[in-house]
Amino acid sequence: MELKDLLAVVAVGALVTGCAATAAETETASASATSSSKGSANPAFPSTYKAYPSDNIVITGATIFDGEGQRIDDGVIFMSAGKIVSVGGPETIIPTDSTIIDGTGKYVTPGIIDVHSHLGDYPTPSVAAHSDGNEATSPVTPEVWAEHSVWPQDPGFSRALANGGITSLQILPGSANLFGGRAVTLKNVPARTVQAMKFPGAPYGMKMACGENPKRVYGNRNRKPATRMGSLSLTRQTWINAQDYQKKQKGAKPPKRDLAMETLVGVLEGDILVHNHCYRADELNQIIDMSKEFGYKVTAFHHAVESYKIADILAKEEICSAIWADWWGFKMEAYDAIPENAALLQQAGACVIIHSDDENQIQRLNQEASKALADGRAMGIEISDAQAIQWITYNPAKAMGIADQTGSLKPGKMADVVLWNDNPLSVYSRPEKVWIDGAMLYDSRDPSRRPVSDFELGQPGEGDVK
Amino acid sequence: MKRFVALLVSSFALMAAPVVAETVAITGGKVVVGDGSAPIDGATVVIRDGLVVAAGTDVAIPANARQIDASGKWVTPGIFAGFSRIGLIEVNAVTATNDTNAADSVFSAALDVQYAVNPFAAPVAVNRAAGVTRAVVSPSTGKSIFGGYGAIVDLGQDSDPITKARAFQFVELGETGHRRAGGSRAASHILFRAMLEEARTYSRNPSLFDSDLMKASDAKALLPVINGSTRLLVHVESANDILKVLDLSKDFPSLKLVLVGVNEGWRVANAIAAAKVPVLASALSDLPYSFEDLAATQSNIGRMKRAGVEVAIGMINDRDAHQLRYSMQYAGNLVALNKVPRATGLSWDEAFAAISSKPAEIMGMGAQLGSLKAGRKGDVVIWTGDPLELSTQVESVFIDGVEQSLSNRQERLRERYRNPAPGALPKAYDR
Repeated sequence: MELKDLLAVVAVGALVTGCAATAAETETASASATSSSKGSANPAFPSTYKAYPSDNIVITGATIFDGEGQRIDDGVIFMSAGKIVSVGGPETIIPTDSTIIDGTGKYVTPGIIDVHSHLGDYPTPSVAAHSDGNEATSPVTPEVWAEHSVWPQDPGFSRALANGGITSLQILPGSANLFGGRAVTLKNVPARTVQAMKFPGAPYGMKMACGENPKRVYGNRNRKPATRMGSLSLTRQTWINAQDYQKKQKGAKPPKRDLAMETLVGVLEGDILVHNHCYRADELNQIIDMSKEFGYKVTAFHHAVESYKIADILAKEEICSAIWADWWGFKMEAYDAIPENAALLQQAGACVIIHSDDENQIQRLNQEASKALADGRAMGIEISDAQAIQWITYNPAKAMGIADQTGSLKPGKMADVVLWNDNPLSVYSRPEKVWIDGAMLYDSRDPSRRPVSDFELGQPGEGDVK
Repeated sequence: MKRFVALLVSSFALMAAPVVAETVAITGGKVVVGDGSAPIDGATVVIRDGLVVAAGTDVAIPANARQIDASGKWVTPGIFAGFSRIGLIEVNAVTATNDTNAADSVFSAALDVQYAVNPFAAPVAVNRAAGVTRAVVSPSTGKSIFGGYGAIVDLGQDSDPITKARAFQFVELGETGHRRAGGSRAASHILFRAMLEEARTYSRNPSLFDSDLMKASDAKALLPVINGSTRLLVHVESANDILKVLDLSKDFPSLKLVLVGVNEGWRVANAIAAAKVPVLASALSDLPYSFEDLAATQSNIGRMKRAGVEVAIGMINDRDAHQLRYSMQYAGNLVALNKVPRATGLSWDEAFAAISSKPAEIMGMGAQLGSLKAGRKGDVVIWTGDPLELSTQVESVFIDGVEQSLSNRQERLRERYRNPAPGALPKAYDR
């Protein structure tokens, strides 16, 4: 496959393969467990994920970033039965029957969450046989589901865990299509089947795309859309069809099941969250107006490199921007990207998510957040370390509709926790231990607690530190 | 070059940096010489006539020097990007601005990036502002395994970016070479040998040269590769491909090889070290991107270093036209590995050398570039703190002793949208 050549055109390679999604979620959809479970009401392909065995774990003396913007010095966290039981200062009561880990000089965060990944649907090795992220045979494919492309043996999952502390992630279809299909949220726990990785109760996402990619892919075949106006017309017509289907569903004679329409109606009814790949400020605004025309909500704009130009509008509309810290220049619509995008959004009160769309940077989302933080501070915007951690924990959880279950260190939530050997906003920091639902699935000190995918078994470098 | 800068200064007040090399004394900073030695607290760096005069604690400050107080700051040589495409691309997907390869050209080895490097490309200014002052600029390949001549460049704001033209030839001998040569490594290796043999034929009687493999210009371009007067940068990743490249020296003993990429280098590190072939390695590759990268690990550079390989950080095919500013982050990550059990990283001093003196030395320019030793070009950066740390910002950049503007269009956009709502006039009037 020409991937290495595409990499010379680097980010373009990234766009051809992966590319952006957007999550739009309503406050209600993200806030209540009922609405988030509604999204998975469809009984097909149910999650079979089960937490692995866990101990009672207490970490003492660590600096804790709770994921919701708070920092606790000399903090204590207690996990039991796969849940967070208590988080607090040194006065926190420590149960006697627990394994106590001295976190002095170390840091604790919630498990890191990537709202935009193609692990599994564009896995490594990136050979043509593995190119499963874009059903680029039609610009409108809401009927496809990313989970049906995900290869659980992608070695990238293990790197994201060990180097990045990633505990949950959303796998999206690519951005060749206006409607790319359903996204799936996974726990980053190795499994034989995708179903055994599916985050229980997580709502579905739907990937949409605007801008250069769809018009390039289909315009080059002399098909619609060849222009941005072609894209908008086709997208709007599709919503009109979905509204029609929705109306018929409620009528006396429901129509024949239609996978595409089921997904679209799921969006219109607020059960499926829209993750919209879109770069330019003017186009973000077009999409917002389209969503209002049809009465759905965009949860997040993905790759929104120009969000900073309309930060006030995005704050008012309560739409998250899922962005890179500093990618730019790989295509025309990425030309005006600036490293202060995240900070300017934060300053305006808009929701910021740092995402990867990349099998390498998913291993360093903490560092990407740190760079975005530093660039904001350099221009005089005051943002705390703890707020920057929220960009890669609570905020993506919220956009994925799982913030009631994970994304911050609150009692009762899943014990998805990372112990870092230094401040995760420092380049010198790495995960030391990672727990998912209380089960320790990575320990840098124990080679047996490092997952090795089937693909890497018996290969050079099997089980290496990577 | 000075002429153009004067023009810029007259038209853009924000570029009001001095246009000539001053005598400058940077005092009180934590000075990193860049040669792998430890930082020196409270040291002075003097630059004059575009060159480093001295760096250390016992340095006389010339009477006419402009003094810059760098107390609490770090002072280092400028970052030297060991492998890049800087200046060859403005926007990757806009082909008219992308000069990395010439897939439709009849030429191969004769192609020369010195005519394509654009010092006014936006990525040059963006990376200059981040502290990157020099770079290896390589073509990629089009139809042939050979990409052509690469150059050493500076990222200065003047109109002459070329430090050394025709600094090396670039060739693909891994999976990309397999593809370029027609679909097999058997083909890429026979093509490589055949082209070098035909270049020898050319040198015996240029006027009679007639080859199905290449033009006379390409043959001529390969002669300095064969006789070792020009380095040959070879992109390979897998252990086996590396060994096969090292074997080329048996048939072409004068080749001055430099390996690029080298994700599996650690597996054959002893052989690389024994062959005394230096490496411009990707720092953080750790996935089997393809079957040539199966054993990729972030410990690769550290393990090669421990085996005695001369190694620096390069960024082949890794956002190498826009994000040379990742160099410091990459080096910092290699330091971080020291705290990961069973991983092998670099010491801080080694890591900084891997993005300053080491690439310069590997490209044969260690006496001119890459450190703050006396006589090196005056490429100096003042940082707010540890240059490898993510929170650190650049305060000043000198290239060839000239203080550089740090302005660029990202900074201009940032300032325009500091407050996104339009004021009394549309945003287009905010400048």
